[in-house]
Amino acid sequence: MAKLKVVHYINQFFAQIGGEEKADYPAELRVGEIVGPGQALTQQFGEDAEIVATIVCGDSYFNENLEKAKADILAMVKEQAPDVFVAGPAFNAGRYGVACGTIAAAVQEELGIPAVTGMYVENPGADMFKTQVYIVSTKNSAAGMRDAVKKLAPLAVKIGRGEAIGASSEEGYIPNGVRVNFFEKERGSLRAVKMLIKKLNDKPFETEFPMPDFDRVDPNPAVKDMAHAKVALVTSGGIVPKGNPDHIESSSASHYGEYDIAGVMDLTEETYETAHGGYDPVYANEDSDRVLPVDVLRDMEKEGKIGELHHLFYTTTGNGTAVASSKAFAAEFSQKLKNDGVDAVILTST
Amino acid sequence: MRLEMGHIYIKDIQFAAESKIEDGILYVSEEAVKAVALEDEKIKSVSFDIAKPGESVRITPVKDVIEPRVKVEGRGGIFPGVIAKVDTVGEGKTYALKGMAVVTAGKIVGFQEGIIDMTGPGADYTPFSKTLNLVMVCEPVDGIKQHDYEKAVRFAGFRVAVYLGELARELTPDETKVYETCTIKEGMEKYPNLPRVAYVQMLQSQGLLHDTYVYGVDAKKIVPTIMSPTEVMDGAIVSGNCVSACDKNPTYVHLNNPVVHDMFEQHGKTFNFVCHIITNENVYLADKQRSSDWTAKLCKMLDLDGVIVSQEGFGNPDTDLIMNCKKIEAEGVKTVIITDEYAGRDGKSQSLADSDPAADAVVTGGNANQVVILPKLDKVIGTLDYVTKIAGASEETLREDGSLEVELQVLTGATNETGFNKLSAR
Repeated sequence: MAKLKVVHYINQFFAQIGGEEKADYPAELRVGEIVGPGQALTQQFGEDAEIVATIVCGDSYFNENLEKAKADILAMVKEQAPDVFVAGPAFNAGRYGVACGTIAAAVQEELGIPAVTGMYVENPGADMFKTQVYIVSTKNSAAGMRDAVKKLAPLAVKIGRGEAIGASSEEGYIPNGVRVNFFEKERGSLRAVKMLIKKLNDKPFETEFPMPDFDRVDPNPAVKDMAHAKVALVTSGGIVPKGNPDHIESSSASHYGEYDIAGVMDLTEETYETAHGGYDPVYANEDSDRVLPVDVLRDMEKEGKIGELHHLFYTTTGNGTAVASSKAFAAEFSQKLKNDGVDAVILTST
Repeated sequence: MRLEMGHIYIKDIQFAAESKIEDGILYVSEEAVKAVALEDEKIKSVSFDIAKPGESVRITPVKDVIEPRVKVEGRGGIFPGVIAKVDTVGEGKTYALKGMAVVTAGKIVGFQEGIIDMTGPGADYTPFSKTLNLVMVCEPVDGIKQHDYEKAVRFAGFRVAVYLGELARELTPDETKVYETCTIKEGMEKYPNLPRVAYVQMLQSQGLLHDTYVYGVDAKKIVPTIMSPTEVMDGAIVSGNCVSACDKNPTYVHLNNPVVHDMFEQHGKTFNFVCHIITNENVYLADKQRSSDWTAKLCKMLDLDGVIVSQEGFGNPDTDLIMNCKKIEAEGVKTVIITDEYAGRDGKSQSLADSDPAADAVVTGGNANQVVILPKLDKVIGTLDYVTKIAGASEETLREDGSLEVELQVLTGATNETGFNKLSAR
């Protein structure tokens, strides 16, 4: 396999130009040169990759002349056309970390060249860019160079070759919000027992799944005049016309259905059923009104308690369906509901 | 309670004129096991087949997996309140046929049964690719109601497993392990300086193909209670559920509950394994509140220092999991939870349907939405008729070359939440 071509980005300090007093050093391309941490990277790359050029830029220069610096550096990278771009590692240097994240993300986004960087988890650049580029987790000072390079080099090679990237704990990158499966060395129960022993003894332990920030939705204000409101039914309980004509999946739905209930007074065993695989379907199949209460709303329509029941309903299976998919479905049919002048929606789940 | 578990290693299964175990080979009389399965008039016909690790065989739709056992000393029998008469089990001596399982399969009940592949990528994920499987495919009588059909197949599997377990009654086990727990007072006196811990097991109890039975009682109808951890080894808890197949506990998992076994390893060393607490996962909010209140109350009454909570299923039970965790932690009891994730095919969505900062120690069995391609295999035991409809499949599942594009969800036991496997995610 041919050696991958790498362009390496570092700051003025790691290029041994100087410290803070030289932080205004403008971006500079050094073709064919391996500078500072590039030596350690080269060693770690072995036969897999080689640094074809190093770009040096002062941290203040980069951050104070952001657009120009970015454009200049992108042009330099483009000219070299590397297989992969490596920035840093920046350890706990804040401005350097932000520069590494910014330029790595830009190279990836604008040039389509895969990029990777490395920094300490508390570096502000980590939070800013961890979902955009792979950031290898390093120690908080340059004393951790050896350790950082050991993770950075193989990850750069994998990314450069377009290979599948494993879980963060395997590859050593800062968790980026994308959950990736892998096989641990011990079974889950044993990992749980070990975690419990640590927790009991007030020793540090690492959760395998940090609790996410939850997306909570405040309900809309109450509808004042229900007697004239147009009400629609929406369900994640999988109610569909008998035979499931659009083949909505029993779990992890890839789409939703839109069905016309104009003139339908009652959902019967012969006409409707559930496609949902996550609950006992017997009772919903006997009488789908139990999940999608068309019969009751027809009564209320007759009694004048609601203005009218919208002639279309929207349905999918919530079972095992990703939040992102649900959001996308709802964004689409909410617009349709709005366009159809619907005032209120009864959303039933199971 | 003290239970001696005798392991009899099964190296091969063969059909023969007479059922017996000799030199580690299980000989099965097809006629005899058929008769056992057909004792229930709701089963019209049954066929048996053998699937071995590494063979190009796919078993589907899978309902339950059961390890044959026999009670040779002590009170009660295997599957008390289900097959054996009701009597408290968990002490004395029990033999298990290791390395094999009875797998029940057959026409689909819901959308909900699973797949076991004996080779290929699917085999890496399902733990039951590593067992020698005696598969029974059951055909119900015509016009049967779904609940009756599910029950008939469930019981047929237990009867066959018990029949096979009986063959070991007079044998000498290859290996013996002893599991012993103390009474509350004994434990306090014997291990005054060790932390007191328990295992809180959440049992799936949401309805058809989502039920679990404790001594024959539907787990929907229990309030949380305590058990000796050895009781499950005699079949005190059995499965009546298999959807989504990846994270439901087949009876095999209850018999071999890995949390129970791994906690026993530490018992008397790093902690005192006080007891096994069971609770349910009902769909009504009042039930969720009552059950989580009670688990927390039991943890407090038992003066526990820590617990491991295992979930069964996902989505709706995520709320039970978080309620349990939050309330137990609020009693000052340190908690580790075991779950799995539904983070979407791309791994980018929220993994659980509920969360709380109290859940700071989580073990995960992996993302069940991950897509896997299962190559076409030479032989199918059961039927592929429903393969596009089971949970985790779609209209696009069956590809032109005969391979299947599915989510891990479809594979029996793949993301088990008692920590049965090594699969995880970050």
